[in-house]
Amino acid sequence: MPDTHNHNEQILQIQSRTEFLSDMRNFVSDAARRVGFDEGDVGKIELAIDEACTNIIKHAYRFNPDGLIEIRLSTQESGQNSRKFVVEIFDSGLSFDSSQYSAPNMSEYFRKLRHGGLGILLMKKLMDEVEFGPSVGGRNAIRMVKYLPA
Amino acid sequence: MSEFTVGARQRDAVSVLELKGYLDAHTAPELERAFQAQLDEQRYDIVVNFKDLSYISSAGLGVLMQFIEDVRKNNGDIKLCNMSARVYNVFDLLGFPMLYEIFDEEDEAVKKFLNKTGNLT
Repeated sequence: MPDTHNHNEQILQIQSRTEFLSDMRNFVSDAARRVGFDEGDVGKIELAIDEACTNIIKHAYRFNPDGLIEIRLSTQESGQNSRKFVVEIFDSGLSFDSSQYSAPNMSEYFRKLRHGGLGILLMKKLMDEVEFGPSVGGRNAIRMVKYLPA
Repeated sequence: MSEFTVGARQRDAVSVLELKGYLDAHTAPELERAFQAQLDEQRYDIVVNFKDLSYISSAGLGVLMQFIEDVRKNNGDIKLCNMSARVYNVFDLLGFPMLYEIFDEEDEAVKKFLNKTGNLT
């Protein structure tokens, strides 16, 4: 079950099950709304987190339902009068080598009628920054940032 | 847990799938089953109505990509309609309007199929 702590940063630890994706989305969207994002940005952040966690469930844990996903949220200053919303997601599954990733060419993707493999592209389109690793304490890490409107 | 349902109905020779709720990696298999049921019945003219769909992730887009080849090989198509701005934005962000026709209203999507088969003048 979800375990939420409230300090300066908010943390959700949750099992790697697709049935908990809605809990993960709600955790992040509630926080994003509270720090002042409009509904459009809340929706983008929510989808980016869904895509990241879905990839962890599918690829890092290969649908093992007992893996652990930890989501940490914080709001940080970023220069004068501006703030950023930082989402960090940790897992202890198989690691992802981001140097091997290249974004799909969508014209070719449609021409060849491919499916799957769009999660990272979406994350990058939805968030201002997306960074994979380095692993922290033996865990894989994803760090995503969305800047708050001034 | 995400709630998601698919309803299926016929409008002449056209199948309409009505999506409701949240379509993510947990609920996408429900949509796969609905498409597979249409193909099992050899129904290849399919309209997907998104009117009551609140949310879609790439897992939902993946289901559309999974079936489009079989459907088009059989001279059919998957046409989409009644998307909220939020759902449309996800399709648009990835360029899906290049591959799928998206209509404001279900009637327009159904008519496009019926015109093709000459059932409607």
